[in-house]
Amino acid sequence: MADRHDLSTLPRLLLRNAREFPRRAAMREKDRGIWQSWSWHDYHGQVRDFALGLAALGFTRGDRLSVIGDNRPRLYAAQLAAQCLGGVSVPVYQDSIARELAYIWSHADVSVIVAEDQEQVDKVIALRDELPHLRWVVYDDPRGMLAYKFDWLKSFADVQAAGRERAAKDAGLLEREIAQGKADDVAFVCYTSGTTGSPKGAMITHTNAIATARMAMASEDFRIDDDYLAYLPMAWVGDAFYTLVMSLYVGFTINCPESPETVQRDLRELGPTQLLAPPRIWENMLTGVLIRANDAGPLKRRVFEYFRRVAEQLEILRADGKPIPLGLRITYALGQFFVYGPVRDQIGLRRTRFALTGGAPLGPDTFRFFRAIGVNLKQVYGSTETTGLVSLQPSAEANPTTVGRPCEGVEVKIAERGEVLVRSAGIFRGYLKNEEATREVIDAEGWFHTGDAGFVDPRGHLVVIDRAKDVGAVADGTPFAPQFIENKLKFSPYIREAVAFGHERPFVTAMIAIDMNTVGTWAERRSLPYTSYMDLSQKPEVGGLLREEIAKINETLPEATKIRRFLLLTKDLEADDAEMTRTRKVRRRYVAEKYAPVIDAFYTKETEVELTSSVTYEDGRTATIKSRARIEDVETREPAHA
Amino acid sequence: MSAILEIADVSRSFGGVQAVQKVSVDIPRGEIMSIIGPNGAGKTTVLNMISGFYHPDHGRILLEGTDITHLAPSEIAKLRVARTFQNIALFSGMTVLDNLMLGRHVLMKSGVLSSFIYWGLAQREEVAHRKRVEDLIDFLKIQDLRRRPTGSLAYGLRKRVELGRALALDPKILLLDEPMGGMNQEEKEDMARFILDVNEEWGTTIILIEHDMGVVMDISDRVAVLDMGLKIAEGKPDEVRVNPAVVKAYLGETKTSEVRHG
Repeated sequence: MADRHDLSTLPRLLLRNAREFPRRAAMREKDRGIWQSWSWHDYHGQVRDFALGLAALGFTRGDRLSVIGDNRPRLYAAQLAAQCLGGVSVPVYQDSIARELAYIWSHADVSVIVAEDQEQVDKVIALRDELPHLRWVVYDDPRGMLAYKFDWLKSFADVQAAGRERAAKDAGLLEREIAQGKADDVAFVCYTSGTTGSPKGAMITHTNAIATARMAMASEDFRIDDDYLAYLPMAWVGDAFYTLVMSLYVGFTINCPESPETVQRDLRELGPTQLLAPPRIWENMLTGVLIRANDAGPLKRRVFEYFRRVAEQLEILRADGKPIPLGLRITYALGQFFVYGPVRDQIGLRRTRFALTGGAPLGPDTFRFFRAIGVNLKQVYGSTETTGLVSLQPSAEANPTTVGRPCEGVEVKIAERGEVLVRSAGIFRGYLKNEEATREVIDAEGWFHTGDAGFVDPRGHLVVIDRAKDVGAVADGTPFAPQFIENKLKFSPYIREAVAFGHERPFVTAMIAIDMNTVGTWAERRSLPYTSYMDLSQKPEVGGLLREEIAKINETLPEATKIRRFLLLTKDLEADDAEMTRTRKVRRRYVAEKYAPVIDAFYTKETEVELTSSVTYEDGRTATIKSRARIEDVETREPAHA
Repeated sequence: MSAILEIADVSRSFGGVQAVQKVSVDIPRGEIMSIIGPNGAGKTTVLNMISGFYHPDHGRILLEGTDITHLAPSEIAKLRVARTFQNIALFSGMTVLDNLMLGRHVLMKSGVLSSFIYWGLAQREEVAHRKRVEDLIDFLKIQDLRRRPTGSLAYGLRKRVELGRALALDPKILLLDEPMGGMNQEEKEDMARFILDVNEEWGTTIILIEHDMGVVMDISDRVAVLDMGLKIAEGKPDEVRVNPAVVKAYLGETKTSEVRHG
């Protein structure tokens, strides 16, 4: 029997929760329009049945199980079931293209894949010949699967039925398996999309996971009655950490949305008490609010604009620790009633005690907006290799420039060239089957080299500027951090993605992908007809709009790093085309190579350039599209000195 | 393999136009049967006669052996024969959910008065029907559209909702009049998938009228070809594809260089 007081692995936490608060909700899923729940008792039962079913299929210690699909309770249960048997969970991004999936599944020697539905099973079938280690494919949703007759394909329910049969013969089997599990066993292999090269599988042990949970608990007020909405990709370390680690550690409830399209509505219905979202989601939410405010009648719009300014003024004073005048406080209270409360309610954040943003820097204006309307938004910093957590902002010290104080038990040091080094019990074991890459990032003293450039400010907060290798200098020697400029650009509601260039160049230039939604609405408002993204992006009027936006942004940039020329891309940057990672970070080197002619054109007198873009469809087919794009010049107050 | 629907020697004319002449087709239970043919071949007329919108001048239509030739559309709907229309016929001011609930109307038993009181039977009944409708919403993957008025939806989605409304009747036979008309390739593929899934999941017999030959040949078990109101061929897709009469109807005489576009 497993020792009751030994809580050193995730399955042991599950046993504890099922024992100590069996009736509390562990998982909810919106299905058929209703939130259906599993108590910890039910969850334990689901995991037990599936784990024993897996054992009956021959899954054993050290084997690897992968899940692919949207956030579904059964896919989480499957991961935990594998861990119960001493196995490893390898979640993958369901929108990955075939080549990436084949690489990960074969690299990780995955022997069981649990797929959400027919769509995902089809992907596995197409790749099966490339996966010699794959023995079983299990599907959750039986819809459309009747015609699939393969002896290596089973339904989730069948595996569980086999598990129940097994349990009837040998009741203590699961407990014995769990008791054999060691804290140093690998729990997850999370593939980092990596801005360079093939994905690397970061091995995270139970010790890493639980140590990180302890760190998070010490820094933030997680409660057992919290509600969390699991809508981010399961393969992202942030989701795994919340749903499969924190939830088990603290005992709070994970809620799965009905479908990716209903997330916004489910969020509002549920009103989660805590939320984790990458900057992109915050930006989308803000854009959504601004579009709706713009579409509202003139009175409502003016009320919104007025109170938004009030809130932002107050937030700036508050962040600087300055006293807030009584009049402003009264107006703010009024705004709370008329604007902030209702807006928070509309976006589903009314009950949210704290919300975290991480994965990439968030534009200060977006950050300030949410804090201003009363959302306790804070920055968190971490990566797959640190089990998702290094530092976090305390509620009283939230601000848009830092990523917070290192959590209890985390040592941070700044190396030469400003690289951030981290040491803690949460640092991963290493990259799967890649000793060399592991040695590159974990040194002899156990410091993990994050690859980020940053510094620690006088308050003790960590500040991250950019990827260490990306920081450069423009020709006159002024330091140039491309991401810093891109983030400023991306705060414009009209800009979806931006890539800035300027290292060893006379001035800074940028390639910009417009936001089809907002620019489209802007064009419609002006009765400007357009057909496609390509067409819209090359309208002279749109060029003018973006020129004004950039001129505004330039006012906040130092003279030497002002953007002098830019170009609007004729297609968005896409992860499928390898231009971005799955977590939507620009793969700078790849983009620089791919768009080399554009960059050259920026620094000559060219005013137009031909873009040859290859487009990769989800099934892996590629097509080439040629188009011409104009290069725009931005006038600056002072003449450019280059 | 027994026929669920027998169309025997059916004719129908409109004024001087002989739209359908002595057409006989047996529809086997549980199969997907397509009726194809050039414009004006009489496909929709056949469908309209099955669903009771028109009655044939001659001939009989038997549903599971029962004569339904002269029944009204509402009576045929009660026998669980559902259809969709070439030009979508949804209540555009009503939500997706309400349109689907309406599809179950003929299956509802509680009267006006008990519905008004909404207690006991009427409530239980509504819950049961709603459950079925939610299954369909899940099936058609339109969870995000429940509360949207159908008028505000894109064309492809409205077609999908219309299919949902027909399915809400729990039909034995589903009549689809150009379910993929005006759709792009991706929407067509989705719709083909849904049609196959309906057939597989509930064993529903499907009669399909469609212009897109690729789709028809891919998903049908059997195909009947009409031209100028006459049935000129019937059989498995592969047989029909190479049938000289069909090639002629679609492409015209091989001698003439002119190609008629369907």
